[in-house]
Amino acid sequence: MSIDLSQFFEVFFEESFEGLDTMEAELLNLVPAEKDLETINTIFRAAHSIKGGSGTFGFNAVADFTHVLETLLDQIRQGERELTTEHVNLLLKAVDCLRSLLAALQAQDDPDLAEANALRIQFEQVLKIQESTKQVDIDTTQQATDKNTYQIDFKPHHHLFKTGNEPLYMISELEELGELEVTAFYDEVPEITNFSSDECFLHWRFFLNTSCDDKAIKEVFEWVEDDADITVELCGGVFIDDDSKAPDTSAESINAVEQSPSVLSTTETAPNVTQSKPKQAGTNQAKKVSSTPESASIRVGIDKVDSLINMVGELVITQAMLNQLSEQEITPSTIISLQEGLAQLAHNTRDLQENVMRIRMLPINFVFSRFPRLVRDIAQKLNKQVELKLIGEQTELDKTVMEKISDPMVHLVRNSLDHGLETVEQRLLAGKDPVGTVTLNAFHQGGNIVIEIMDDGQGLNTQKIKEKAIAKELIPADNHLSDDEINELIFMPGFSTMDEVSELSGRGVGMDVVKRNIQLLNGSVEVSSAPGVGSTFTIRLPLTLAILDGQLVRVGLHTYIIPLISIVESLQIDIKKVSRVGKNLDVLRLRDEYIPILRLYDIFNHENAIESLDKTLLVVVETDNQKVGLLVDDLLSQQQVVIKSLEANYHKVDGISGATILGDGRVSLIIDISGILKLSGLKKPGSQELSIEPDNIAEML
Amino acid sequence: MNAKQSELNTQLNLQQQQGVKQFLTFFMAGEEYGVDILTVQEIRSWEKITVLPNAPEFVKGVINLRGTIVPIIDLRLRFGLPSTEYGPLTVVVVVKVELEQGVKVVGITVDAVSDVYSIAEQDTKAIPSLSDSSDDDYVAGLVNVGEKMVALIDLQKTMDI
Repeated sequence: MSIDLSQFFEVFFEESFEGLDTMEAELLNLVPAEKDLETINTIFRAAHSIKGGSGTFGFNAVADFTHVLETLLDQIRQGERELTTEHVNLLLKAVDCLRSLLAALQAQDDPDLAEANALRIQFEQVLKIQESTKQVDIDTTQQATDKNTYQIDFKPHHHLFKTGNEPLYMISELEELGELEVTAFYDEVPEITNFSSDECFLHWRFFLNTSCDDKAIKEVFEWVEDDADITVELCGGVFIDDDSKAPDTSAESINAVEQSPSVLSTTETAPNVTQSKPKQAGTNQAKKVSSTPESASIRVGIDKVDSLINMVGELVITQAMLNQLSEQEITPSTIISLQEGLAQLAHNTRDLQENVMRIRMLPINFVFSRFPRLVRDIAQKLNKQVELKLIGEQTELDKTVMEKISDPMVHLVRNSLDHGLETVEQRLLAGKDPVGTVTLNAFHQGGNIVIEIMDDGQGLNTQKIKEKAIAKELIPADNHLSDDEINELIFMPGFSTMDEVSELSGRGVGMDVVKRNIQLLNGSVEVSSAPGVGSTFTIRLPLTLAILDGQLVRVGLHTYIIPLISIVESLQIDIKKVSRVGKNLDVLRLRDEYIPILRLYDIFNHENAIESLDKTLLVVVETDNQKVGLLVDDLLSQQQVVIKSLEANYHKVDGISGATILGDGRVSLIIDISGILKLSGLKKPGSQELSIEPDNIAEML
Repeated sequence: MNAKQSELNTQLNLQQQQGVKQFLTFFMAGEEYGVDILTVQEIRSWEKITVLPNAPEFVKGVINLRGTIVPIIDLRLRFGLPSTEYGPLTVVVVVKVELEQGVKVVGITVDAVSDVYSIAEQDTKAIPSLSDSSDDDYVAGLVNVGEKMVALIDLQKTMDI
């Protein structure tokens, strides 16, 4: 029989990585002084599953390594060993090591065993420390029980192979426990005509002479408990090793098994294992290409799927209703019901769309969960005391956005720990709690998700940033920048105020990359800071990348879409409030602000647009804390649009973030506000040309 | 099996033997041009397009091709020929081009579609490199079909925009 185990590999890897995540999270929860058995049990269970799985699939390096780890955990669990911080650290390292081993195996590379072996030696040393003291009583108990012989009857149900289990592995596992005598019964093997190669017709009786107890034996069969009849009995301590003493039937069957051509057991499976190897090697290349880091599967809660099914049900009913109407004669009354039906359909479609989008939404916990470990490690390295607070872990976010936001967040958290938080001494001097706090907070606001990274450290050194910016000629020496604007400068490329470059951060690359990555997701990042109190980084992201609420506007003969989220207000220009600044920049005084007017037809080089400013419509939009007015000919409807990529078949167009298809099948372009600013030459605050600063304009006027 | 099929089969055999390729040809400003027929996805009539702002002159805009956004390139302008009015007779040939960035689907406007020719590789002549003009960069080779001359287009170069 041959079962290609490799088809289960992916499941195994996925489960193992999940197990490792659980272990890591629980390890971080462990406080050595408290004996939290439940937590230790959870960790133990996860380790045990990984060991079992990797043993079954033949990843012996992983199984062996997990075994030592498990031994330590077991001793702690049984109360034979006190849990220390050292243990936790070692276990955490082991989790890392296992993760890299499994990752290598998943990529079908040869895992690097050097680290694993080094760690294993450490584990063995730890295990030895108390072994010597314990040895005595173990010896006495072990000696007293000595070796027992167990009779094990193992009768798998016919479907055993279909559950992915292989008796051969169990037999060899039993063999490791002690002296094993195997008897196979083939009385149930049917005629060759009725024979089915993927069912198990054999059953076995084992006599095992071992020093282990029956628990250890049962553990071997743990995976097949429900798929087989298993009895383990202690038989009088006599090991039957002589054929003459053995029951006649079993002796016969041993011989018979060896001769039987239809045997499904040991002899035949062995070549199969080797056979499957070249096949795996052949698929190597293809596998590697497909296993990109962004995993392609997604886990969806059953409630979400159920609600989808409900929606589809409603949709079908509406469709049936409309169908029925279309068969009737058209009368005024049917028209009314037709309209009602269409309204219903629109409602259903929208619900369905929202729910489908929700499938892609995952709680932000997926990103947050990696931070406890990160913070712990960095804090240890920096010799700082840090408490990490997570708020709003259940806030949901699109999976794609989530994958891309985690790196920028890691960077910001690192920065907070390295630059933001002071050392214990500094904190004590400043009269603060020696333990610093970093808070990650996520919540929904409008169509956005907001993620805040707060620390109660020293805050940004605005003066230093200013000096540095002037030294680097990023801003003129006689600038009128507010503190917030100066703080924003840290997002400029090549900016770092750290006097010394540390291992963690301070090389000046980073904050600009963070900002760029977030902008790529149509998001924004801001910083606010108070000296001595702390700083807060606020990331704003759209919930999803696939759909946006758009305002359709007309420019000349063309229809464009402005993302509703960036629109502050739309108004008719009162020409009396418009002044011309410089050569060709018009600004509108709106309450106490000055809004530069951008002529969209000019930027896009379109003709037939209204050029006079009086009574023309202006859409005021905001991006990066900067407000500008876009001159449009007409405001059309508002609607949700599905974003289509222009880059798929063309390339990036400046000032355009994408395209969409309108109800009539035409393509409409979506305006990229920050791109427009760049096109028009109005740069963002923080650059040299801060000509549109309210102060500056006020002076000019 | 009918005669047409066997003819097709012999053609296919010929192709394999002698490196014969089939080319779809079309007219522009009286001249005949050809593209590898395997790159042609479909042929459509001219429809209203959405203009891309600040695009090069030969990029006329984008259309919605069953849910994907496909740019339309005016081949006359791309080749430096005088442009014409678009009308119901203008033809859009949708081609798939393999570029560095991946396979792109692009529509090209031509005056009229002509014929399909089987052309052997050895019959293709290189273009005389007399002029410095970059316009002839887009032509991969010339070939004689009967009395006519057909310019074979190098789509990669043409679409590298």
